[in-house]
Amino acid sequence: MGKKLISMTVNGQTHEVAVEPRQLLIHTLREELGLTGSHIGCETSHCGACTVDFNGESVKSCTLLAVQADGADILTVEGLANDGVLHPVQEGFTEKHGLQCGFCTPGMMIRAYRLLQENPNPSEEEIRTGISGNLCRCTGYQNIVRAVQYAAEKLSAE
Amino acid sequence: MYPAKFDFHAPNSIEEVLSLLSEYGDDAKVLAGGHSLLPMMKMRFATPQHLIDLNRIDRLRGISQDGDTIVIGAMTTEKQIIASDVLAMHCPLLPEAAKQIADPQVRNRGTIGGDICHGDPANDQPAVTMAADATYVLQGPKGERSVHSSEFFLGSFYTAMEADEIMTSIRVPAAAGSSGSAYVKLKRKTGDWATAAAAVQLTLDGDRCSSVRIALTNVGATAIRVAAAEDALSGQVVDEALIDAAAQHAMDACDPTEDLRGDVEYKTKMAGEMTRRAIRQSLARARGQ
Repeated sequence: MGKKLISMTVNGQTHEVAVEPRQLLIHTLREELGLTGSHIGCETSHCGACTVDFNGESVKSCTLLAVQADGADILTVEGLANDGVLHPVQEGFTEKHGLQCGFCTPGMMIRAYRLLQENPNPSEEEIRTGISGNLCRCTGYQNIVRAVQYAAEKLSAE
Repeated sequence: MYPAKFDFHAPNSIEEVLSLLSEYGDDAKVLAGGHSLLPMMKMRFATPQHLIDLNRIDRLRGISQDGDTIVIGAMTTEKQIIASDVLAMHCPLLPEAAKQIADPQVRNRGTIGGDICHGDPANDQPAVTMAADATYVLQGPKGERSVHSSEFFLGSFYTAMEADEIMTSIRVPAAAGSSGSAYVKLKRKTGDWATAAAAVQLTLDGDRCSSVRIALTNVGATAIRVAAAEDALSGQVVDEALIDAAAQHAMDACDPTEDLRGDVEYKTKMAGEMTRRAIRQSLARARGQ
């Protein structure tokens, strides 16, 4: 039951980490790599606060073992901005006030990032379905939907 | 929340999995998508000493055709089921149901085989694959065997699969002729299990229903196939009175437990209503409406 050495690329940087098999990916990201943007919410794969991009798919990193991430390519909220310039998704959440307390926001944005890769021009309903694995207890979702719509427009204009 | 300590194995072949299972027996669990098992391990409801990850075995994934049968690898994700052209064409019941399972992130990891083998009566694929007339292919140290979906579920979290076996694929006959299907699920919110749900697949010969399969989710110790409701419709020109009779049979077959989703009476009535809606929708689809 000793530690295993894994290698994974997070936000473009390769990391080698020794992890216990029972360590969940979210803990490795937060505690070993210091990437505390992804949050720990429900810990039972309901709330989506721990969502990261994993080999091009949105996953809940509280329900994935770090050892399963050996060789994976991961994007977290810290990797969204480019040289200090906010990603259109981040800009949308700023401009449209897509958050209040901010706890769900990193997971919400990294999910919105992948949703817009999969479907660059989603309808309002498709946005709501697309982010249905991410719970927000403050906003009522209205401004989150507007933030994603803002990002979709900005991305398609680029 | 950490699971209890365990040894992790990530084999690359089915043979390696079987040899690990033979070696560790009841101390081992296989890991598919992990969205039932890992939460159970975190809450210490499950404490396997050895965890055998199936995610690196490519042979267990993918959807293909073998004559009139669709073969779905047990490790195929719900997302892949939704995206499959083969299933959209030949077994639309499965993608329709998969869209109603959990949420996008969970569907990216959750697998059809894991959903079935977990044996949870709240899971959707047991009833859905029963209605689709599926056969499950299991592999163990003594070789391969097939178990029909109607005979696989023996109790809550208790299936016909032995501890030294894994499920390798799900075989579903391609829907032929004027067929229609529907999975109608009542749930309180995205990500919740069904309060009650009904899966129906039927075929019409002219106006008559020549074959029909009906199964229910989360209203008993296992998914329930409602043979009496099927008998009520088989060979008949199905009208509203017959649909009501079938719904009554579905309610008679229910044995739900009261929980936050409702009491026994409510869940039973909802199982009847989901059955009505699923039959009506299947008929409309079979007629091309």
